[in-house]
Amino acid sequence: MLQSFKLAIKSIQSNKMRSFLTMLGIIIGVASVIILVSLVNGYMSTVVENFASMGVNQMTVRLTNLSSRSVGVEEMYRFYEEHTDLFAQMTPNVSLNATIKKGNDTLSSTSIGGYSEEYLDIKGYELEAGRNIQYGDILSRNKVCVIGCYGAQELFGSGEKALGETIKLNGYAFKIVGVVEQQDEDGPEEGGTDDFLWIPYSVAVKMARSADINSYIFATADVNDTDACKTLLEEFLYEVYKDEDLYRVMANSEMLDSLNEQIAMMSAMLGGIAGISLLVAGVGVMNIMLVSVTERVREIGIRKSLGARRRAIMQQFVIEAAVTSSIGGIIGILLGAAVTSVAGGLIGIKATPTPAAVLISFSVSVCIGLIFGYMPADRAAKLNPIDALRSD
Amino acid sequence: MTEIKAEDRTPLIELADIYKIYQMGDESVYANNGITLTIYKGEFVAIVGRSGSGKSTLMNIIGALDVPTFGSYFLGGEDVSDMTDDELAGIRNKMIGFIFQQYNLLPKLNLMENVELPLLYAGVPSGERRERSLASLERVGLKEKWKNMPSQLSGGQQQRVSIARALAGDPSLILADEPTGALDSKTSREVLNFLKQLNEEGNTIVMITHDSSIALEAKRVVKIYDGKIDFDGDVSEYAAIL
Repeated sequence: MLQSFKLAIKSIQSNKMRSFLTMLGIIIGVASVIILVSLVNGYMSTVVENFASMGVNQMTVRLTNLSSRSVGVEEMYRFYEEHTDLFAQMTPNVSLNATIKKGNDTLSSTSIGGYSEEYLDIKGYELEAGRNIQYGDILSRNKVCVIGCYGAQELFGSGEKALGETIKLNGYAFKIVGVVEQQDEDGPEEGGTDDFLWIPYSVAVKMARSADINSYIFATADVNDTDACKTLLEEFLYEVYKDEDLYRVMANSEMLDSLNEQIAMMSAMLGGIAGISLLVAGVGVMNIMLVSVTERVREIGIRKSLGARRRAIMQQFVIEAAVTSSIGGIIGILLGAAVTSVAGGLIGIKATPTPAAVLISFSVSVCIGLIFGYMPADRAAKLNPIDALRSD
Repeated sequence: MTEIKAEDRTPLIELADIYKIYQMGDESVYANNGITLTIYKGEFVAIVGRSGSGKSTLMNIIGALDVPTFGSYFLGGEDVSDMTDDELAGIRNKMIGFIFQQYNLLPKLNLMENVELPLLYAGVPSGERRERSLASLERVGLKEKWKNMPSQLSGGQQQRVSIARALAGDPSLILADEPTGALDSKTSREVLNFLKQLNEEGNTIVMITHDSSIALEAKRVVKIYDGKIDFDGDVSEYAAIL
């Protein structure tokens, strides 16, 4: 056995070019499996991370209110207050199309919405300065706002300076009562997570000139209760609407689930494609081993005449094929890992070769050596020593 | 020279009515056509014959490289005539040392590694293998060169390495197939003298050759013609009919 390994390594060394070409197929196959799977995983985990930061304990309710059947804010709040054991926060969600103005400066990319005082907790943000929107602001429809740090810095230079200042939304003046801490690690960006403005939902409804509110955000107290909460909401809404098409409850966790499913499918698919190249590499190994057997018929004859049994010859060739493809596999893993981290850095995602991809592609390459090495080895082992000795 | 009586000697090779038939298309070719031959321990036998006479087929059978179509072959008391491939390999490994015309050394192994090959396949542990292969190389006077590759040696030296390899496994039979075929007359003489010396040390040697003058170096000559034994006798009788 040990002898066969030594022989294999000797034979690989003495045919460097041929061995390298054989390995090349394996190297490319293994590397591409690792690169594809790792990059997809890296990209997807970035997506998932972003997604998770949006809050997996949240669900959005959308309503289509008819004149005959509708659910108003008061009813929604009544429902919420009956189930505070399950729900932690709730807010109406009124988005506004408006431009922020301060003198001659305008901000058009900012996402503006009307919310309740609980929205800050739902988002899990902290204030940098000032106060949050309060229940009283909603009741008395105060024209106050909480601004993200992007707007504060753009218009006023800093959060501190923005506090107490006034901005205009579609001509209405709003007083900035609070500034939210910077959220984006890379700094505030136009249209990014720090570019927002919150006003009391009661004010927003008025400005939007709509009679009622058709979107709410609920946050559950426990992530594991999302399914139960969703069912509860749906039951409550069905009572009113009697028609499933008029309302929709979307839990973020569901989207995460389906996203995860898609990721798994995508990496399996790409891995499969790369796996085909491994198969092709295996055929390459078989070709070279067949050539190697043909070239060494005389050697096989000599060995057999000196008493080598079939198994010994077989072992020699199978091990040679396996060693060739394992070395190719190891080089492929190293190459794959290097390319993965470089490419990951270039497209700005955290991609590391997954242990599963490394393990699977390595064992596949060894198996390829064993399986595709078997046929030529079998042929070598069965050679007739007389014919083999006579060949040149 | 005192002749030992036949019944006192131990037979090593016992061939009884050996036939080897090849199918060439529709035609059956009788390469060996009823050969019966007994070779005793300690003999030095030359098997002569022209090419196509069937001597190579006979060598293959004696060397356990091939099995006869009909007939029985006992080597050292063991029935070799219908052994499997692997059993034949075992017999070759334990009982036969081959010396080939083309030396048949493995070009990528050094002399020691070449000589230890039969021991490797016999499962001898590496320390002992090395020792025995060096001892064997010493017998042919090439111990100092054990690290060399075969291509660095002359033809005569390579043939000596192949003799060392044949001796390494301590076989009961040394089977030489045209051992001088690729050598000049001077080195041929050296090799033949060495074979004679080995025979005097008690080794049984069977030498296949097409050259009658080489056959005269043996003690007994068996001449094959058309797949049959044409002559079998003492070398002096053979010399007389030449």
